Parts: sequence; C-alpha cells; structure tokens
Amino acid sequence: MNSTYFSDGLPTPVPDKQGPATPFWQGLVLNTLRIQRCRRCQSWQWGPEYICSNCHSFELDWIEVEPKGRIYSWTRVWQAPQPVLATATPYVVVLVELDVAPNVRLIGNLLGSGTQDAQVGAAVAGVFEHHAASHPPYSLLQWRPAD
Amino acid sequence: MDARRTLRHRAAIVGVGETAYYKRGQSPDLEFVLALKAILAACADAGVSPHDIDGFSSYADDRNDAVRLATALGVKELRFASMQWGGGGGGCAGAIANATAAIASGQAECVVVFRALSQGQVRYGQGGAALGYSTQAAPEITGEMAFPVPYGAISPAQRFALKARRFMHDHGVHQEALRAISLAAYAHAQKNPRAIMYGKPLDTAKYDSSRWIAEPFHLFDSCMENDGAAAVVLVAAERAREFAQAPAYLLAAAAGSDHRHAAPSHSAPDYATANYKSVSRRLFAMGGVSPADVNVVQAYENFTGGVAMALMEHGLFAPEEINSVLTVENLTAPFGCLPLNTSGGHLAECYMHGMNLVIEAARQIRGQSCNQVPVVDVALMISGPMVAPVSSLLLGSEATR
Repeated sequence: MNSTYFSDGLPTPVPDKQGPATPFWQGLVLNTLRIQRCRRCQSWQWGPEYICSNCHSFELDWIEVEPKGRIYSWTRVWQAPQPVLATATPYVVVLVELDVAPNVRLIGNLLGSGTQDAQVGAAVAGVFEHHAASHPPYSLLQWRPAD
Repeated sequence: MDARRTLRHRAAIVGVGETAYYKRGQSPDLEFVLALKAILAACADAGVSPHDIDGFSSYADDRNDAVRLATALGVKELRFASMQWGGGGGGCAGAIANATAAIASGQAECVVVFRALSQGQVRYGQGGAALGYSTQAAPEITGEMAFPVPYGAISPAQRFALKARRFMHDHGVHQEALRAISLAAYAHAQKNPRAIMYGKPLDTAKYDSSRWIAEPFHLFDSCMENDGAAAVVLVAAERAREFAQAPAYLLAAAAGSDHRHAAPSHSAPDYATANYKSVSRRLFAMGGVSPADVNVVQAYENFTGGVAMALMEHGLFAPEEINSVLTVENLTAPFGCLPLNTSGGHLAECYMHGMNLVIEAARQIRGQSCNQVPVVDVALMISGPMVAPVSSLLLGSEATR
C-alpha cells in the first residue's frame, strides 16, 4: 500500500493567511488533533471560527483531543471528481464524529480497500498522514477501524 | 401573524418563459443572450412590454447583471435589483420572495425573476476551475473546502452523498425510494417536448444497472448539466387579471437556514436534513394552507436523496412513510397521490437551478402542464435541498383568493 491514500496531485490544504483553521492544520503536521473550545463557556466548536457561536466570546482555545470517533456517514466514490483520482476509484470517504464532543465531525478516508464495507456507528481511530515532500508540506488525518 | 406582514396574495406570476434547453456546452447563444430570450418569452406570455419591467431579481450569483439587462431591454425606469445570497439553487424561491416583497412594499410594479446558465462557459459543481487546476498542476486550497477536498470529496455528488447516506440510515430509507423519484421524473419528461430526456425513457433495470457516482447516488439520481435560461414576470395580485394568462398567485415564500446548518466539515447539529425544518414551518403558516392541501410538488433535484429529505421536511409524509409513499405510482401525474416534478424536473427536463420548476408550478396552476394534475389549487415548489440558505414557494389558483 502507498504511504498516502491518494497519490499526489490533489489540491494542497494550506493554512489561511488570516483564517481561523490555521492551528488545526499546523497540529496535524505535529501528529496532534486540535479542536476549538470556548474559554468562557467551555463549548466545543466546529468548524473553526473567530467567535464562540454560543456566548460570543472571542477567546477560543485549541484543545488537543484523542483522534477517536465513530463513522457518522460514508460514501464510496466510483466516478472520479478529478482526473488525478481516475485510478483511485473506488475509494471510501467517511464522516467521523469525534468521541470527545458532539457535532464535531471530520471528513477523511477509511484506510484499506476501497471496496470494503463501512458501517455507520463503527469505531475508528485516526492515522496521521504526512505529505512531507509536498510544497508546502501538509498533513491529513485518515481513519482505520478501531480495535 | 400580523396581516400586513405577509407576502400572501400580494403578487402573482403572470408570465413564464424559457429558452430551448440544451445539454451542457451545446447552447449556440451566450449566457446573456439566453437570459434576454427567456425574459422576452416571459413578457410575451404575459402580454407585458419589456420596456415596462422595472425590477430584476435573481440568485446564486447569476452573472447577468440587472443593470446590463435593463439597459439592453430599454427598461424605462429601473426601480429594483436584488440578488439572493447563497450558492446552488437554494435561492430560487427566495428570489421570488424578494420580488414579491418589492411589489408589496411599493418598490416596484413589474419584476422579472430569472436564471441563465451556460455551463459551456462556466461549469457548476465541478471542482476544476474553482480549485485552480486550470493554472496549477496541484493548486492550494484554503477555507471550508480544505476539509473535504484532500480526501476526494470534491464535487457536490460526494459531499451530498454523505448527508443522504446518514438520512437513509436514520430513517431506514431504501434505494427504491430514490429510484422512484428518478423514474417518475423520466416518465413525466416523455410527455414534455421541452425536456432534454424527451424520447429517452428510463426503467427500473436501466436505473439499477447504471453506474454509481458516489453511493447512494447512481447516475440517474444526479441532476443533468445544462445550458438555457428561464424567467417569470410578477405583478401585484390586484392587477394580475389584467394580463393574458391565468394568474398564479403567491400564497407564500420563505427562505432561510436552520441553526448552524452550514457549520463546516459537516458539523451541523441536525445533520441529516435538507435544511427546511424552519423554512417549511414559516411557509405553510404564511400560506394559510397545510401540506395536505398541496396538489402537486416541484422539488429541486440536485440529487434524489435531497428530494426525499425535502418532501419529508415539508410535512408531505411522516418519516416512517418514506418507503411506502415514494413509489413511481404515487409520484406520477395525473393520478398519483403526490405528483412530483411533472415537467421532468432537473433529472430529465433541464437543470435550470429551480426556475424551470417555478414555471412548471405556475403551469400546473394554469392547467397548462404536459402532465396536468386534474385539480390544482395549491402548488409547492422547493429550492435547493441541503444547501444554505434554502427556500420554498407556494402558488395558488384563483380559488385561493
């Protein structure tokens, strides 16, 4: 198996110059998953934003959490949405809800065969996938069935 | 509800018009020319001079600027120009609402609502140009789309498949329910000479053997990509009977989004919905009718899964009834209990981002559909499931006045 789920050629995620998601992307490079939590009301918040949607504080912390969760939904993609994925189909995209917080969900791929079954509710664990040779380097968070 | 603060019976659609519909890239006309032709057709249908249009309303960042249209058409006095925020087709009924609000509040007298698309010029829904592939081998991506794109969830099919899959899981929805939506649309298109899929029927075996795009969406669960334009003309309800056609009165229009529906990375608290729970409540309250009063439905198909969600969220059936209600027999005019997308809709007539569905709703009210339902006093049109904001529209016949 390749060291990455897809070969190079897909768009490279880069931290926004002024975007709220920068600590998330920087964390993946360091093998850490960071999610926003409001310092004042302690609400988890996702996606990243500059303000807490609950109490309107601008003091949002980035909390390192365990990359563990359950498959909330999934799809098996058969028709490549970009030419660079033409030889990658079929592949499985999963939406994972983290154990640590309700309504905090991340999109990734389910590692393994693209024809494998995925089940809503199945436990999964994160696998950091580093694209060190990319310019600029970046990292993704993939998922494997949890023990 | 404060009786003054309503759009009910404040305006009516008195003209409808469309260009010929084309497969993507096959229009001989540029998009702006398509827009002009549709508007002229709608004016001719109403018996209105294009010089007397005084407002334009559109949505989804339509590229055909109202001022250029007004200049080209020789509009005598432009009084109103409005763009409903939001991508996709979620704003279609919202643009009707904005036009009606302008008329009700005395800002305009004769407003055109339109959509023009030349996907041969700029293609929707395809990551390519938007992702920057035209200029870089592997472009960079930031913001909300950085969460799905590196994982191959790039075009709407993959992203909406996640939502549809969860919806099907939550409610035990069978693939056959999605199939019925597609088969009914194709059946209707066989009687509609305007339809792209006129003369190209679909049956169960062809659907079942069609390729997957992204599970649970087969090819035939997905909208087409088309070129063309469509437009309607609205005037104040009290003037509506002065025009050439039977008026389709606006009973209600509502737009909006449920709480944090668009939270990035698919993190909406109420995820597996098409985003109509609050919109449909306001829609029926304004219209003074109930879902049981609806005689015919035009529901925006980006993908069939979104249609199933949208119908349920408009109260047309209970969650546990999805599989029993969504059958070809029930969804097919004239005698099905829930006639759906009676022009062929986006799957088989044309993907005109909802405007062809508005026209079909008005034709059903007039009694002019290719698949006419015997008695239509209330027609429901639903815009853009699973996006934000979405919107919905109720049209009524003379009997509702």
